[in-house]
Amino acid sequence: MDFEFIKQVIPLYIEAAGLTLRIALVGILFSFAVGLFCALIRYYKVPLLSPITGFYIELSRNTPLLIQLFFLYFALPNLGIKLSSFQCCIIGLTFLGGSYMEETFRSALETVSKVQIESGQCIGLSGLQVMRYVVLPQAVSVSIPGFCANVMFLIKETSVFSIVAVADLMYVAKDLIGLYYKTDEALWLLAISYFILLLPVSAISGYAERRLRYAQFGSN
Amino acid sequence: MALLEISHLKKSFDKNEVLKDVSFSVNKGEVVVILGPSGCGKSTLLRCINGLETVQDGKIILDGEVISNRTKDMHLIRQKVGMVFQSYDLFPHMNVLDNILLGPMKAQHRDKQEVVREAEEWLARVGLPDKKLSYPRQLSGGQKQRVAIVRALCMNPEVMLFDEVTAALDPEMVREVLDVMMNLANDGMTMLIVTHQMDFARAIADRIIFMDEGSIVEETEPGQFFSNPKSERGKKFLENFTFRVYRK
Ligand SMILES: Nc1ncnc2c1ncn2[C@@H]1O[C@H](COP(=O)(O)OP(=O)(O)OP(=O)(O)O)[C@@H](O)[C@H]1O
Ligand SMILES: [Mg+2]
Repeated sequence: MDFEFIKQVIPLYIEAAGLTLRIALVGILFSFAVGLFCALIRYYKVPLLSPITGFYIELSRNTPLLIQLFFLYFALPNLGIKLSSFQCCIIGLTFLGGSYMEETFRSALETVSKVQIESGQCIGLSGLQVMRYVVLPQAVSVSIPGFCANVMFLIKETSVFSIVAVADLMYVAKDLIGLYYKTDEALWLLAISYFILLLPVSAISGYAERRLRYAQFGSN
Repeated sequence: MALLEISHLKKSFDKNEVLKDVSFSVNKGEVVVILGPSGCGKSTLLRCINGLETVQDGKIILDGEVISNRTKDMHLIRQKVGMVFQSYDLFPHMNVLDNILLGPMKAQHRDKQEVVREAEEWLARVGLPDKKLSYPRQLSGGQKQRVAIVRALCMNPEVMLFDEVTAALDPEMVREVLDVMMNLANDGMTMLIVTHQMDFARAIADRIIFMDEGSIVEETEPGQFFSNPKSERGKKFLENFTFRVYRK
């Protein structure tokens, strides 16, 4: 192991990790918004929009992110739509993450029983108020473990971004291997970088899950 | 004029006719108990009155206003009709006080101070003066039902509907809930009650409505119904609650 080399390239990894994290955060934020929006559409079975959303979800879940990125980066320009690599990554991650978030949020919404909803209606709340004060708060706490799992999944998926020439962690590692043949060092640093990125998320998710179990409301 | 008037109400689920031309009325301050075998449509009737079910035909009139099959403002109508049902239906993520305040504050936009005072008074009256910061999971079944009743009462409804509120309770908790209802009746609250507690029905009712298979079979004052029901089906029904026929 060439520690001198490692010391020299660490700044490159830090920079790349920053970029990876930035894309991941923006992508996750958009995924959250898209997921929640789609979950509400499917939960309320909004005519027209609900089947369209269903189609999007199937499409998103049944194609690899790699192919989605290829499509955005190489096929769309032929249709006159030119996106930067950064934009491709954000859109690709959102396209993928939106459907995963949707599934998590919708199943969480559906855990709130009909009796709860009717109880809300019985005290004169409007449909929107029932959602806001009765369903959402309960669904949010149910969805936390699934949400955290999605966040981790999406951060891991960022490892394919290098194919559209984004200088992320994977890209830097491949670059170093190509230039200096330092395969071991480059790969170790890559694995460690992802590990460090993911560790806090998994810690938070573990904590949230435990909290949820203690805060278990309802029954008994 | 009656406070609540049900006329020629018909309700079916697909082809299953659950309410077949039901008509009756409830005067202000009256306590009406609905009895009948399981599946005869008692819950469905209460749910129609509260707009949780749409009806196929007929009218429900509250205080001179038709309230059946309203679509836009049903939540406004529901503020006038309090309902408590069998399953514990408190909101698990809110403490007792927040459970009670939600409707008056968000649906009726009333002054918080005023509602809190009212809630505290009611909680004290139902024997739960020190529970306002407890969460539903920390309460017994009977306590939860009493809170559910207070929650409905704090909306200041014109009529209260109770659907087997003690059915899921352990026997020793039934009494505390029934006592609350008894006090309400004495205060002059208009109530429509579905129950399987015959002694309670007899004690609280001004009038008994006996239903079978989606129709009203008889409407009688309780003394008469429990000693000598007019209908054969009424007699049969009451026999379910005694063991006289099994005497050795
Ligand atoms: N949501 C529903 N969909 C279809 N059928 C229903 C629905 N709710 C009730 N029913 C049917 O309507 C009939 C009356 O039911 P309801 O719950 O009103 O009876 P009930 O008199 O309250 O009985 P119980 O004493 O057991 O509570 C039953 O045959 C039931 O199967
Ligand atoms: Mg019932």
